[in-house]
Amino acid sequence: MSAPSTPILQVNQVTKTFGGISALNEVSFDLHAGEILGIIGPNGSGKTTLINGITGFIELTAGEVFFRGEKISGKPAHKIADMGVTRTFQIMRPYYSLPAYKNLVIPLFSPRAKRTGGWRGGGKLGDRNTVSIDILEELGFERESFVPYKKASNLPTGYLKRMELARCLALNPEIIICDEVFSGLSMSEIASMVPLVERLQMEGITLIMIEHRLRELFRVANRIMVLNFGEKLIEGTAEEVMADEKVKEAYFGSEAVEEVMDHA
Amino acid sequence: MQILIYGTINSVALALFALGFALVYGVSRLPNFAHGALYVLGGFITWTFVNSLGLNYLVSIILALVANGIIGALIYQFVLIRIRGMEISEIIASYAMGLAILEGLRWGGFKGMTYMLPAFIEGSTEIAGVPVDYQRLLVVGIGAAVVTILWLFTHYTRVGLALRGVAQDERAAMMLGIDSDRMALAAMGFGSMLAAMAAIVLLPLGSIVVEAGYNVLILAIAVCIVGGLGSWMGAVLAAFIIGFAQILTVVYLGAHYQMVVALSAIIITLILRPSGLFGRQKELEERV
Amino acid sequence: MKESTGQRRKERLDRGIKVRSEGLYALMSWRELSYLFFPRLVLIGGILILPLVVPSMYWQRVISIVCIYALLALSFDFLAHYVGLVSLGGAFFIGTGGYLAAILNTSFGLPPLLTIPIATLLGAFICTLLLFPCLPLRGVYFAIVTLMYPLLLARVIEALDILGGTDGILGIESFANRWVEQYFIILIVLFFLFGTRRLVNQDIGLVFRAVKDNDQSVRASGISITYYKTIAVFISSAIGCLAGAYLVHLYMWAGLSTFALDFSILPIAATVIGGAGTLVGPVLGAFILVPISELLRAFGTLRIVFYALILLAFIIFRSEGIMVYGQRKYHQFEKWIKV
Repeated sequence: MSAPSTPILQVNQVTKTFGGISALNEVSFDLHAGEILGIIGPNGSGKTTLINGITGFIELTAGEVFFRGEKISGKPAHKIADMGVTRTFQIMRPYYSLPAYKNLVIPLFSPRAKRTGGWRGGGKLGDRNTVSIDILEELGFERESFVPYKKASNLPTGYLKRMELARCLALNPEIIICDEVFSGLSMSEIASMVPLVERLQMEGITLIMIEHRLRELFRVANRIMVLNFGEKLIEGTAEEVMADEKVKEAYFGSEAVEEVMDHA
Repeated sequence: MQILIYGTINSVALALFALGFALVYGVSRLPNFAHGALYVLGGFITWTFVNSLGLNYLVSIILALVANGIIGALIYQFVLIRIRGMEISEIIASYAMGLAILEGLRWGGFKGMTYMLPAFIEGSTEIAGVPVDYQRLLVVGIGAAVVTILWLFTHYTRVGLALRGVAQDERAAMMLGIDSDRMALAAMGFGSMLAAMAAIVLLPLGSIVVEAGYNVLILAIAVCIVGGLGSWMGAVLAAFIIGFAQILTVVYLGAHYQMVVALSAIIITLILRPSGLFGRQKELEERV
Repeated sequence: MKESTGQRRKERLDRGIKVRSEGLYALMSWRELSYLFFPRLVLIGGILILPLVVPSMYWQRVISIVCIYALLALSFDFLAHYVGLVSLGGAFFIGTGGYLAAILNTSFGLPPLLTIPIATLLGAFICTLLLFPCLPLRGVYFAIVTLMYPLLLARVIEALDILGGTDGILGIESFANRWVEQYFIILIVLFFLFGTRRLVNQDIGLVFRAVKDNDQSVRASGISITYYKTIAVFISSAIGCLAGAYLVHLYMWAGLSTFALDFSILPIAATVIGGAGTLVGPVLGAFILVPISELLRAFGTLRIVFYALILLAFIIFRSEGIMVYGQRKYHQFEKWIKV
């Protein structure tokens, strides 16, 4: 697959330091409309910090982020989400005291959903409860079962992970940045998530996926970027990345790479 | 010169008010809103020992310190331990406890000007032409001593180090086998002892009144907020900032403004820099 | 839903009628309709009849005071349990609303019919403006700020000797007659009680609850939490200021004691006793606590000790409160079963 040429998101020399320790060091990359960019790297390599920086959940020490040519770094998180750059959280953050479908009423109530109609314009047509159940059904919550009506605190991880995605979808997003949506899921749950991600791409949503599950990631991602100690090591296709010596040494250890490549 | 001397004395007094509160919050993240009540209680216990039981002054001071420490520990063991971690309940319960103690004392007849503790040393001297009585000098001396002892205690004794451990990272401390509940209990005990200590040192300067409980609580909170909740050394420095600010306003604006200074210090600090001047920013930074 | 005690555990089952009356089916029979509406009717009817059955004017006055505390408790409960901002600022709201109404009445000669709504809105505006910079604060910090504001305002008024200084503002107009006085506040309480109950179940109410549950997630949904917190604080302080404005017309006097901590603590006690997060509970709590406090007036400050201890007991042993307990008994069977 060849990526389209216009970058939808440009990340320029992004740096973040926490009290003298740099968590991100001059990371730059472009994201093209319609593609899936995978970001991998060992624990503590700054992946989540990068997401937090892009989406405005932490203030960047230096560097800029542009969305469709407009500078978004420095804007508050809700403004960035309002423009269509949405994210999921690695540690799921549902509203535990509300039923699953009521969880989605909140993003559907946001200014963006009101303006653009939310997920497939449904926010403008129906009442929000119905639309949120539509979204949940799309993501594999059985409409006729009790699942969408259960309190979020009673739902298992798999459903909560999908609810994170559902929250982004409800906003009718342009970019979804997924922070480890596959981690903590069983193999069968992952198997059901992969086609979902592919379907989102087909509908024209651009995705950034941070993952530890390399096999699944390499199946869906167009490009891979590797972070280590807050620095960008390499960017390229899965094969290029895997072939790179620096990546092998710094991150995987050679055996792991071979194992992954066997499966890929 | 007068401002310098009285500012220092006032600052040390504030630090004495605040140390107990800071200790308890630092160790157990428990905003002890009963602190002011424990202060007044400490004063009245000492008074009772001296006047009703006729004990020697020094003996009654020691007994009062111990008694107040035990009361604080009991409050923790029977009330606060059950609601630890629920911030709202902690505030409400400790405040209700303080309210019950203070209003109970008031109902019990402890009001008016009759309740006074004798000064340790009578008389006064002059420093650079400013008359200062010995008791006030003693306040500074004891205040410095308390801070030093507290510092030595938390840096060189097992219990003290354990307290600091819990204060820095409760979970890590628990993994190392430190019982965080027992440490919080100890902190409440020491905190109330410090409250009693402050009362015993400062009350001879005036009479014991129930209302002081509320003011002491506000001052302690002000000092701890400005210094950064949980930061003990910050509290001491903040005590000096607020202490001098208070004396300056009293001299140039009038006595009415003394509390206004403390209250606005709280609000301004919380608006501009909630972690205080020396607090650890970590807690307030968004953790995503 | 289960508590275990030794070898037995308590099992709780929903009553059949509760299950049947959920959703649309509730309209099927009178029995089910009345199951749903009976508690509400008892509450509304009870409050409306109360002024007619109490023995003396003194107790009618007590009812008015109860209503003031009920409003404050409602405002506290809404803000603390639906938005997650623990405000100990009952006295702040009462004082602001009260002084505003007093100024409007004595300096501008407006009748209570105008001063109360103006003081409500203007007071809510002022309170929100003052609390606005504190909105990012959480937990203890917000609580401390709201606790300190009324104390600060009281000391400032005292120090600057403005607005009547320590004497307060005298000669405020009272209501036309005691029935107006009584039923005005009762209707207001009912209005805000059912109003807030409805509000928290609307979509905007869901956003409030979401802010309490997980504010990061709300931000990720493209919603400004500051905006919604501001709205919530405005609503809450409007309720408080309304109570304050009514209070000064009731007492015909506005003084520093409107900033007294009683107005911050008693509503919280009422909320804890009545049942936090139920909105009805706090109102009931006020109806229980304030009269008891009045009965104990002869004991002087002992009554404060008394209600502080009740509060402590409830926080420690029955933190769910009367209302949640009652709801459970109404909706569910309980039985002990052997494990």
